[in-house]
Amino acid sequence: MDTKKEIYIYLADDDEDDRINFKNAIAELNLNTELKIVKNGKELMSNLNNIEVRLPDIIFLDLHMPVMGGLECLGQIRKSNRLHNIAVVIYSTSTLECDIEESLTRGANVYLRKPTDFDQLKTLIYKAIITNHHYTVSKQSRENFVMVI
Amino acid sequence: MKFALDFHSHTVVKKLIESELDKIDVRYSFHNSSYLEIIGNISSSKFNQIKSNFEKYGIQIKETPNDEFIQKVKDIITELIHNHKYHSYTSSNIISEKLKLSYGHISNIFSNHTLDTLENYIILQRIERVKSLILSNEYTLTEIAFALNYSSVGHLSNQFKKITGLTSTSFAKIVKKRNELQLNQSLS
Repeated sequence: MDTKKEIYIYLADDDEDDRINFKNAIAELNLNTELKIVKNGKELMSNLNNIEVRLPDIIFLDLHMPVMGGLECLGQIRKSNRLHNIAVVIYSTSTLECDIEESLTRGANVYLRKPTDFDQLKTLIYKAIITNHHYTVSKQSRENFVMVI
Repeated sequence: MKFALDFHSHTVVKKLIESELDKIDVRYSFHNSSYLEIIGNISSSKFNQIKSNFEKYGIQIKETPNDEFIQKVKDIITELIHNHKYHSYTSSNIISEKLKLSYGHISNIFSNHTLDTLENYIILQRIERVKSLILSNEYTLTEIAFALNYSSVGHLSNQFKKITGLTSTSFAKIVKKRNELQLNQSLS
């Protein structure tokens, strides 16, 4: 059954407050989820590239991180045969048109503009997860999964 | 006086169900001893009445109909969206008619067994279809709106923007750029 299957989520964010907010938002969502949090892009990629670990259903990726930024990770994910099908949400405070377009063009499925309001954050995370889930259950290709929220 | 009783529990259950359903004037047929079909549409409230009447006897309606039922609903929606012959009917009527259940009831089952509401599922599926028609470059937005039974092209644009956060034009532009980028990368 759809509802019983656990949704495995990754978050890569260098900002501690943002990580805590995200974690709290997910906890309040009433969804069956498992969350793995990493602090930068490098840590994310070494986790994803470890063939022994379970791959996430969806990755929330901060755009601006030191060491390795969101777009660089995104590029590697989309080029990898093993990872390219995973849904990627670019998660950023930037509302610049060029950041949004660049992220989506390089293969992000969702561009999520981090809101300051916690309830709003919950709503947007939920929307990203549910829309992705929708592609999974209807067995549709994520090729046209492009969204700005 | 003491008696030993011998009975077939299936017959007992069947008789009970028959008398309960006859009482409230519901037409039905048995497919086998534990599979009942209600003929015609019944309302949610009538369904709940049947359910509670049955429960008095310890008979439970298994409402986890399964992935099979949900899949059936999804298949009907796909058919609706791809087959233009339905375009003058509302989707709720067709779904209800095809499954011989009230729309409210189907939509309850759907949202209880998926993470989505039926309404939203239909909208998302439709927008996916719109996306592929846009990308085919064969139709104008007005033609797409007509083919998919939107009341106007404005209604389609609004729904597209609401769901994707993008206008149909910027969506098409982004996907085009993305494909070019992929092509360049695979060539280099």
